[in-house]
Amino acid sequence: MPDTTATLATGAAGGGEALRFYDSGGHHPEQPTILGFWLYLMSDCLVFACLFASYGVLGRNYATGPSGAEIFVLPLVAVNTALLLLSSITYGFAVIAMNRRRQGATLLWLAATGLLGLGFIGIELHEFSNLIHEGNGPQRSAFLSSFFTLVGTHGLHVTFGIIWLVTLMAQVVKRGLIAANRRRLMCLSMFWHFLDVIWIGVFTFVYLMGALQ
Amino acid sequence: MSTLDVNPAGHQGDEEELDHDTLHITVGGYVTGFVLAVILTAIPFWLVMAKVFANPNVTIRIILGFAIVQIYVHMVFFLHMTSKAEGGWTWMSLIFTLVLVVITLSGSLWVMYHLQTNMTLPSPEQLRNIP
Repeated sequence: MPDTTATLATGAAGGGEALRFYDSGGHHPEQPTILGFWLYLMSDCLVFACLFASYGVLGRNYATGPSGAEIFVLPLVAVNTALLLLSSITYGFAVIAMNRRRQGATLLWLAATGLLGLGFIGIELHEFSNLIHEGNGPQRSAFLSSFFTLVGTHGLHVTFGIIWLVTLMAQVVKRGLIAANRRRLMCLSMFWHFLDVIWIGVFTFVYLMGALQ
Repeated sequence: MSTLDVNPAGHQGDEEELDHDTLHITVGGYVTGFVLAVILTAIPFWLVMAKVFANPNVTIRIILGFAIVQIYVHMVFFLHMTSKAEGGWTWMSLIFTLVLVVITLSGSLWVMYHLQTNMTLPSPEQLRNIP
């Protein structure tokens, strides 16, 4: 901070002089929240990298249990992928409506995003409960433990994203599209699109490659 | 320009804070990204579900390639990532994260693959042949 100077009146010399600070500003990022939230997403990316690595290491240890090719239902995964992709573009339309200050349209697109997210979670829970009922729960083999951890962590992120989305919708209804709410909606936008990026890794690395074995 | 872009002019108006950075987000950008993403998703699913290639290794290489391209498409069209956003800091942190991700993934797979190959107990025949 080379431009920051503080002029401090020394006690004896300038008793009447007020304390003055000179700060040119300009060295702080304009939107520290966005950068900070991006850094959070990057650290979250590392969490997923570790889970992907553990799945990569353990994913072929079936312990005489089923392999991915036997238990994955690819059409269901395709529907799930479609839901998540659609929710990405509906969130994009919500951001565009937000920029045009159309509160009703913003809320409508956000609601559509939330419903698509709920559909995704519903199908995933259906898949998980089917697996557990067939005796293929996370305790069955190292493959299933790492599978449930990786896919479950992604599902938890989507769940919290939906809770966050509903909270923001209530905020927008109550306060309108004020600057603070627009900033929050941009953060959730990054979070939501980031989860979609992680899902690309999940469906490629876990489901498609698992079904090929 | 991107959502994450810093505005060097340094305007103070709280109400208009985000406008400069979000106005460039267009319907066309999202629709382009969405169409590309649908194509890049549909082809890998089709390759695997229709068993287009007899050799699974060929399919694995192709779908991994598609995944990398699709991640790039999402970064550009949905996350509005550019090298200039936030004065380059988001870009720097992204590159740093990618380096760590590559080290974590390739390192884990490499080390654990060799561990499994070298540490597996020898079979009875192998034990008998030990000099």
